[in-house]
Amino acid sequence: MTTPLLTSWGQYLPPLLSGLVQSVWLAVAAIVIGLPLAFLFCTMVMSENRLIGALGLVIVEIGRGMPALVILYLVYYGLPRFGISLANVAAAIIALAWNYSCYCSEIIRGGIQSVPRGQIEAGNALGLDSRVTFLRVIVPQGLRSAIPGLLGQSILVFQDTSLAYTIAVPELMKQAYSLGGENYQYLRVFVLTGLVYAAVTLPATWITVWMERRLGKSY
Amino acid sequence: MEPILVVLRGLPLTLLITVVAFAIGAVLGIPLVLGLRTVVAPVRWLSRLAVDLLRGVPMIVWLFVLKFGLSTPAFRLSSLEAAIFGLGIISAGYLAEIYRGGIQSVPRGQFEASQALGIAGPISFLRIIAPQAARIVSPSIATYLIGLLKNSSIASTIVVSEMVFQAQSYARQNPTIAGILPYAIAGLLYIVLSVPVAMFSRILDERLRKAVI
Repeated sequence: MTTPLLTSWGQYLPPLLSGLVQSVWLAVAAIVIGLPLAFLFCTMVMSENRLIGALGLVIVEIGRGMPALVILYLVYYGLPRFGISLANVAAAIIALAWNYSCYCSEIIRGGIQSVPRGQIEAGNALGLDSRVTFLRVIVPQGLRSAIPGLLGQSILVFQDTSLAYTIAVPELMKQAYSLGGENYQYLRVFVLTGLVYAAVTLPATWITVWMERRLGKSY
Repeated sequence: MEPILVVLRGLPLTLLITVVAFAIGAVLGIPLVLGLRTVVAPVRWLSRLAVDLLRGVPMIVWLFVLKFGLSTPAFRLSSLEAAIFGLGIISAGYLAEIYRGGIQSVPRGQFEASQALGIAGPISFLRIIAPQAARIVSPSIATYLIGLLKNSSIASTIVVSEMVFQAQSYARQNPTIAGILPYAIAGLLYIVLSVPVAMFSRILDERLRKAVI
């Protein structure tokens, strides 16, 4: 009666992999939308204009302070009640992108602030105007030290795509749940699902650690 | 008024899950970090694999494995048990990694100095290395605790009636604009709850810094 573990995993893998494609797609969309937003929010937070700075801070603190799941529900169930109807995939991407961009905004800000003050003074001494100094001297160095953090956050947003299961986006977790409902082999299905996620996140983590070491070394 | 009461009904469970899971993680993180640092290679590899899997597999998958996967007629975890235990072991993975970073940032000279003074392994670790590491990692631990508080919302997916679950059931019964209010209130409450943790962490950090100088 009981199928061998590997045989059943062989059967589960194709639907799970099609779910994985969706998950990766969600994560990529959230990252592509979220990174420019992160730069925007970071610029707002660091702005000298108090009003813009305060607005940026509110956006970022709400985006980071609320659980991703709550943001997802607010977007998916909330917006339609104000007459903005959204497909579930769109809602998931918007929610994940906002959450992601707020964390990234802080990572970028941390990177920029970690650049020694001497660099600004050196720029001034060389007669560069402050805009050029900021964009061509400070930002490139700040981004460099922000890269490992941004990669780590990207791995987390990929993991967070599993939350989209709750609004019936057919990503990996949803596929796993449907499979489990068909054959009641929940343990086998979910363990394999975990391994599929890990097959993406573990190598990605190793790359992040490797980059962190490499970026830390040179100069 | 009603939406606020709805969310507050879930608050005790949110706090319970967060606090107990954090306690489990803080304790289980200790053998894990010792495993990460041991000279016995197979133990070190296994600990590394465990930490990477705990951190690399989404929380919701862990909760589903515990809640639905481990369910046999003889043994079954309740939703709350699965949520607490699941978040607890995940926290152990994250905290072990934080502990490791802290221990690593204690200057090598401190290890050498305690050796030179003839202070043996466990005592040197407990009395010399660990206190210095604790000082370094206390802000990271506070940040993790705030993250854990927010992640406890995922327990709602395995039907634990914490804040988000309460908000969800209210929203389903009230398909109006007011029906989604509990989500917003719950979201703000997470932010409000994280403020005292952040403040306590800052005070603690300042105290610990003073203690060293």
